[in-house]
Amino acid sequence: MNAAYLIVALPLAGALILLFGGRRITDPVSGWLATAMAAGSFVATVVVWATLLGRPSSSRSVDKTIFTWMPVGTLHVSFGLTLDPLSILWSLFVTGVGTLITMYSIGYMRGDPSFSRFFFYLNAFIFSMVILVLADNYLFSFLGWEGVGFCSYGLVGFWFDRDSAAVAAKKAFVTNRVGDFGFMVALYLMFAHFGSFNYSVVLAPLAAGHATIATSTATFIAVMLVLGAVAKSAQIPLYMWLPDAMEGPTPVSALIHAATMVTAGVYLIARTAPIIHFSPDAQWIIASIGAGTCFLAATIACVQDDIKRVLAYSTISQIGYMFLAEGSGDYQAGIYHTVMHAFFKALLFLAAGAVIHALHDEQNMKRMGNLRKYLPITFPAFIVGFLALAAIPPFDGFWSKDEVLAAAWHKSPVLWAFGVAAAGLTAYYMSRQVRLVFWGKSRWETAAADHGAAGDTGHSAAGDTGHSVAGDTGHGSVGESGHGSGAPHEAPWTMTVPLVILAVASTFGWLLNADFGGLDFINKWLAPIFPSTVATPFTVSTDTKWVLGIVATAFSLTGLALGMGLWRKAVSRPALEPAFLAHAWYIDEGIAAAVSGPLARMATRFSFVVDATWVDGLVNGVARSAAGAGRQLRRVQTGYVRNYALAIGIGTVIVLFYVSVRAGS
Amino acid sequence: MTTTGIPLLNIIVFLPLAGAIVSMLIPASASKVWSRPVGLAFALAELGFVAYLVADFPGGKAGFEFVSSHSWIGQFGISWALGVDGISLFLVAMTSLLFPVAMFGPAWKGNARSFLGWMFLLEAACMGTFLSLDLFVFFIMFEITLVPGYFIVAGWGGARRNYAAMKFFIYTFAGSAFLFVAIIALVVLDAPHNGGHETFSLITLAKISSSLPHADQVLIFCGFAVAFAVKIPLVPFHTWLPDTYTEAPTSGSMILAGILFKLGAYGLLRLGLYLVPRGAADMGPLLLTLAAVGIVYGSVVTVMQKDLKRLVAYASIVDVAFIVLGFFAFSSQGVTGGVLEMVNHGLTTGAMFFLVGIVWEKKGTLRFSELGGLQKATPILASIFLVVVLAAVGLPGLNGFVGEFLVLVGTFVTHRWWAVVATSAVVTGAIYMLWAYQRVFHGPMVEPEPSGDEAESELTGVGGVAVATRTKAATKVTDMSWAQIAAVAPLLAGIVFLGVYPRLFLDRVTPSVNYLLAHVEQEAPNAHVPAVTTQHVTFNVPADQNVLVSPAKTASALRGDASPAGSGAKGGVG
Repeated sequence: MNAAYLIVALPLAGALILLFGGRRITDPVSGWLATAMAAGSFVATVVVWATLLGRPSSSRSVDKTIFTWMPVGTLHVSFGLTLDPLSILWSLFVTGVGTLITMYSIGYMRGDPSFSRFFFYLNAFIFSMVILVLADNYLFSFLGWEGVGFCSYGLVGFWFDRDSAAVAAKKAFVTNRVGDFGFMVALYLMFAHFGSFNYSVVLAPLAAGHATIATSTATFIAVMLVLGAVAKSAQIPLYMWLPDAMEGPTPVSALIHAATMVTAGVYLIARTAPIIHFSPDAQWIIASIGAGTCFLAATIACVQDDIKRVLAYSTISQIGYMFLAEGSGDYQAGIYHTVMHAFFKALLFLAAGAVIHALHDEQNMKRMGNLRKYLPITFPAFIVGFLALAAIPPFDGFWSKDEVLAAAWHKSPVLWAFGVAAAGLTAYYMSRQVRLVFWGKSRWETAAADHGAAGDTGHSAAGDTGHSVAGDTGHGSVGESGHGSGAPHEAPWTMTVPLVILAVASTFGWLLNADFGGLDFINKWLAPIFPSTVATPFTVSTDTKWVLGIVATAFSLTGLALGMGLWRKAVSRPALEPAFLAHAWYIDEGIAAAVSGPLARMATRFSFVVDATWVDGLVNGVARSAAGAGRQLRRVQTGYVRNYALAIGIGTVIVLFYVSVRAGS
Repeated sequence: MTTTGIPLLNIIVFLPLAGAIVSMLIPASASKVWSRPVGLAFALAELGFVAYLVADFPGGKAGFEFVSSHSWIGQFGISWALGVDGISLFLVAMTSLLFPVAMFGPAWKGNARSFLGWMFLLEAACMGTFLSLDLFVFFIMFEITLVPGYFIVAGWGGARRNYAAMKFFIYTFAGSAFLFVAIIALVVLDAPHNGGHETFSLITLAKISSSLPHADQVLIFCGFAVAFAVKIPLVPFHTWLPDTYTEAPTSGSMILAGILFKLGAYGLLRLGLYLVPRGAADMGPLLLTLAAVGIVYGSVVTVMQKDLKRLVAYASIVDVAFIVLGFFAFSSQGVTGGVLEMVNHGLTTGAMFFLVGIVWEKKGTLRFSELGGLQKATPILASIFLVVVLAAVGLPGLNGFVGEFLVLVGTFVTHRWWAVVATSAVVTGAIYMLWAYQRVFHGPMVEPEPSGDEAESELTGVGGVAVATRTKAATKVTDMSWAQIAAVAPLLAGIVFLGVYPRLFLDRVTPSVNYLLAHVEQEAPNAHVPAVTTQHVTFNVPADQNVLVSPAKTASALRGDASPAGSGAKGGVG
């Protein structure tokens, strides 16, 4: 069990070495160091998992305290780890996918002048993420929660000399801080109510059925935590930061903004299940947020032109499914989908990264096309990811989404309808994507020619701004001359190996929790976490499941057929790309206008009028009027300072007089 | 409880004074060579003595340790009494750490003899304020800080330094009038309860102040509160601050923000809560509200600042409001968090002003419109600045979070809506700090050039999204020097250490805080101290310092511990 310390210690050590080694640790070395640390962390997780597996399922929860962090009065918080099925499951895929993506980055980031800074952040991220999931109390978990937020800030703004990247990084952090407000208020409530943040104190008695909690308290805590979760997991109403976060290097998008960090909200809700159990309102809120988000984000994804923005909105949409499942009371389904999504979405992002890499940082799908002929490994990998995400049997997404939708149906057919509609849209926008990227004409040949001179006309906000100017990625190692003429080339092996592994996982990963033949390993593994006192068990009859599955698959296939048909040759279909969807329903732009308009004006007025004139004037005025009274009285012209002194003197005399009278009495 | 014979606290107060005198005495001709090394030696020796004090300070003790008391002006009950408890211990430590950094880190021009002289005098006065156990000594020391503060701002400050120095002086001096009156009132009114003798002894006054009529306690507390609210400064008494901090030299800003603020906050706790708890309890909600308003108002005012140094100055208003919020929550976590915030703010803002000074050296401007893209040329400066910014916005794992969280959770226990309102600062703080960081370090490199007016006006857009002129002049700006890194390193170490292992701090502060709260609880039932903070707790306090009515609550009284050597607080039972 002591291997648990290594899960945390190795990425931390890697981050510290890279931080203090700085640029002295050169190009490939720092990448391999970071990969080795991440891999070590994964191995340690496997060891812990195997150890837990060897125990009876009732005793698969071990707390390990490291040291006391904040002891003040009755408040006692420690740095401690909890090793239980939930935390280890999350840790497994975080470190596993993390290792693959760190390795991929060695090739992707080659030649970047800040190579070691990148891998510092990656290791620091994995450290924070495992803290988040392994912590034995909410406050320590919050440390990891904020740590991943910081790493996300550093990585989204990695190419900081692009204004768009710097703004996106700040936006991501600040939006997450809105969620942190909720998380912190939930923590206060927890302390006020339970006197502790420890899972073993707060959650265990509730989960065991030994204790109950008032519905209002449960709702309050749950809703505040959900506010934190929606910010981290980019759900309505705090999802706007994620598409902008695509400013970061693509491996970052794969690791942080698809596979792991954004699922932290899903983890938090699953962890808090014993409290949420007591609040039907909170369950409805979570399910509704999930259903709404999965549909809204899918509509936006249908018209994006930037290859990564499509995937970003897709991520928002897919996390909506996870929330939907959790709100519907089937936590296992939500977690199943989380793991499957980690596989296929990481795959899609990494494959997209290989595409971008091949085209020298081109991200606009309208300038791609025909790449299936040039990328023999990336293309099939992308297709696997596409089929998994589009929920086409027998790939991963089909199975997990099926379970989610069955749970949603049980909760309410309305929620289910949102989910099924989104499933159809998902297949459609992904078909559009693969058509634009891999079929059609080789539009990158002409696009590359006028790339430097003409500038961008399309609205790929994330794509090209300043990308070529700073030469920051070093991808231009082919040289400027190669920019126009160099044919797209397949990525180096450090990038393709992770692609292949993830493609295999996206094809067969569903067997981890298949609904038949006793293969439901994840369900069995998580059973001790979600006993009937936490998640009221329900069954959807096999017949219903068949019907639901067929209907959902029909939607997916329809979407797929439409997408493949409509975008077979076309590059632009204005009727299918309405402006209000391209602008994401104008929600983000509306908020931005409000913040930079009226709100900024109000704050400016406070800064330069209210504070400088009124408040300063008020305080000065009190003194001045006292001085003025003195001047009237004495009819003597005095200096500024002496006026104050006089006012002070008079006041002193008055108070002294009062005191002496009181003392004498 | 002096384990050694040396009068440690007296040394800590007088050593900087000696440093001041020696600095002044160095002949002008030798000043160029000798002033800095001699000054550094004194500052480091002081740091060494304080380190010894911290190491020797016993954990789990709630009372004043290392007490040293000598009758001074006997007929008025004034004595030269010094002592340190958990609350003042780390303020003393922070002071001794920040002064060398402020004196020798930033570059300053001009007369080294008088600069170092004023700085050392300031250090001595700050130490005296934190350590005094006598109200007269406290007042003298508190007032002395004004003089070097004034001369440092006026002598080494920016363009509007005279205006700023005068504003600073007048505001705080006006506040001091209230402090003076309140102290005199307290001593005079308490005299009948002390056998007709006036006493300025803090401990004796705390013991007998419960006999004061309620209304008198409230009035006296108001006197304290006004004086300290100006010094802290609490909204709406804050307007002297931005001018003073912006115009002060880097060293001056570091000390003013890092330490002089804390004199006010410390006074609020030591004089306000300790001496007139019933007044504090009555006025607590008002101060809590002022603090919450200050947090929200300060955040709004900070966001739109156009100058980096002014922004940091305004951000301080928000930070100190957290300190006050914690104090008047009257819960163990809140007050301890407030004390930690005092130390945190010293480290963080001290480091921040230092780094701002370096930015000024590099670029010759602090206007956001003329800054940008510095990270490319100065990666180390950018990284260190980022750490400090993250500490300021309260990232867990750094010191700011521990203090802020303790304050907020402690406030929530007793006054939940105030805590919820104050928590909004986690959002607004991130906005103004990260936006400031972005405008200084991110984006393309910006060179302020005489002909660059058009580029400048383009850059003032709110989002900073305008296209700026890119220059190839990145090589002109060099990164931090090793000396500067070494100067800021101790502050960074403190920031990380207190974030990861605050236990060292909390274990020493909490007993003193709980003891203070037990006193407040007993004297002022209207304070609503949460019973959990004081129940079933025994306090390890020397018998002559026992201010609780029921002596059974103190462990040493139960065990009949002998009073510590050298302790002679007047009116004690020991």
